[in-house]
Amino acid sequence: MIRDITLGQYYPAKSTIHKLDPRVKLVTTIVFIISLFVAKGVVGYAIASLFLAMVIRMSRVPFSYMTKGLKAIIMILMLTVLFNLFLIDGDFVLWRFGFLRITDKGLKTAVFMAVRLIYLILGSSIMTLTTTPNDLTDGLEKLLGPLKKLHVPVHEIAMMMSIALRFIPILLEETDKIMKAQIARGADFETGNLLQKAKAMVPLLVPLFISAFRRANDLAMAMEARCYHGGDGRTKMKPLHYESRDRIAYAVVWGYFLLMAAAGWAASFYAVMWL
Amino acid sequence: MVRTEELTFDYERLDEEGKVESKKRAVDHVSLHIRPGKFIAILGHNGSGKSTLAKHINAILTPTEGTLWVDGMDTKDEQKLWDIRQDAGMVFQNPDNQIIGTVVEEDVGFGPENLGVPTDEIWTRVEESLSAVGMLKYRHHSPNKLSGGQKQRVAIAGVMAMHPRCIVLDEPTAMLDPNGRKSVIRTAQKLNREEGITIILITHYMEEVVEADHVFVMDDGRLVMQGSPREVFSQVEALKRLRLDVPQATLLAFELQKRGLPLPDGILSNEELVDELCQLKSKM
Repeated sequence: MIRDITLGQYYPAKSTIHKLDPRVKLVTTIVFIISLFVAKGVVGYAIASLFLAMVIRMSRVPFSYMTKGLKAIIMILMLTVLFNLFLIDGDFVLWRFGFLRITDKGLKTAVFMAVRLIYLILGSSIMTLTTTPNDLTDGLEKLLGPLKKLHVPVHEIAMMMSIALRFIPILLEETDKIMKAQIARGADFETGNLLQKAKAMVPLLVPLFISAFRRANDLAMAMEARCYHGGDGRTKMKPLHYESRDRIAYAVVWGYFLLMAAAGWAASFYAVMWL
Repeated sequence: MVRTEELTFDYERLDEEGKVESKKRAVDHVSLHIRPGKFIAILGHNGSGKSTLAKHINAILTPTEGTLWVDGMDTKDEQKLWDIRQDAGMVFQNPDNQIIGTVVEEDVGFGPENLGVPTDEIWTRVEESLSAVGMLKYRHHSPNKLSGGQKQRVAIAGVMAMHPRCIVLDEPTAMLDPNGRKSVIRTAQKLNREEGITIILITHYMEEVVEADHVFVMDDGRLVMQGSPREVFSQVEALKRLRLDVPQATLLAFELQKRGLPLPDGILSNEELVDELCQLKSKM
């Protein structure tokens, strides 16, 4: 289960999306996330769905690979849906059982909320699946570049992010290993109430932290041994240049955003579209 | 290439107030000289100070007493720090904890990036070093999907791309299976022969030492033996006292010698032993 988190894992393939400049992908992801919150009504979500479907098709990452990332948020998703479904007041009551009731507005919000969350995860998964962490951090570093003037340690933040992403699979593997080792010694991670389960995590977390610190120490030494001394005087193996496909991508993304904004505006205008 | 004079290093354990609580001498007055272009092995069991010595060559640690020069540069000279690290690369034990990139070629490019090498040259260096270790076809792979031996070869390529004159391998095979072990050692030997890079191999596997030009044996922080592998391995009794194994063929020859067979000292490989035994038989 723990290995199903795809967030932060690169899926190698040769596609247009893979080749795009990481800055384009970062901006697109942010725009997409904002657009999901701007979106109103069926039309808005339809446009978002189309856009997402198009990007997924183009990325050539198997869809099943992406949905793995969703398993991790299934609890949050269920909670949000249930709360929205039962607690929102609306004009029509569709179903009632004791103090529980489902209204038209509640149903609508629950569905939209679920869609929004799923798209959020899918959207950001596409970015991390098609961009190597190094590219991603290069893009971030370049995008946040202006902040350097305000003494924000942009390079260091970017480097930290890239290392964190690189170590996600390794630490997951380690968690699995420790878990099995503790189960072999009679640890029980499955039964008991929430509190007992949380307590059972202690023999898992302590060794995990110790080994993470040890790894960090080793890695720092290995980086220094390879002459790493911060961002000053560093050259890039893959410097970022915008190419024509990146400009086209920007145009598409802004077009999409305008469309979404227009749909949102129209929806608030015509109450019918509200559904 | 590397020269030390009375090199001494103490590990200090600090108490909560930052005062020195206890000291442990890890390297004790070691003086040695390593010539360029050689394949050097440093042997010793766990805790003999061999890894501490290795970390000095890369200036990760600096001596408590004594001096170490890499290519004439004193490792205590902070202005030379990056030159020293570029000149004497280092490969560590755990392959997972020294790969920074998420794609093989990006990791190999990490060193040259830090050195400020121009982009075009980084690419040629990456290609050169990946093909030198025989990993060019894995250049777009994720390091997580490689075997231990392959990861270590990528790590070696990462060091190679910095164009060092010397590579220190600190127990590079300790976490590998026999196949991976062989591939890493063969790669190191190839780089030594073909590129003329000085290799300093730290290990406790005797089989890896047999083909070295010169062997240093460390025990309890001190340099206790040195010489060609033949010279070192002919002293079977002394090695046993240092809790070190000798290659199987050497051990067998030693035992046969003790029982009165007139075999020469310091037999290193199975082939050699077979040859000697056949000659003995034809004489009889």
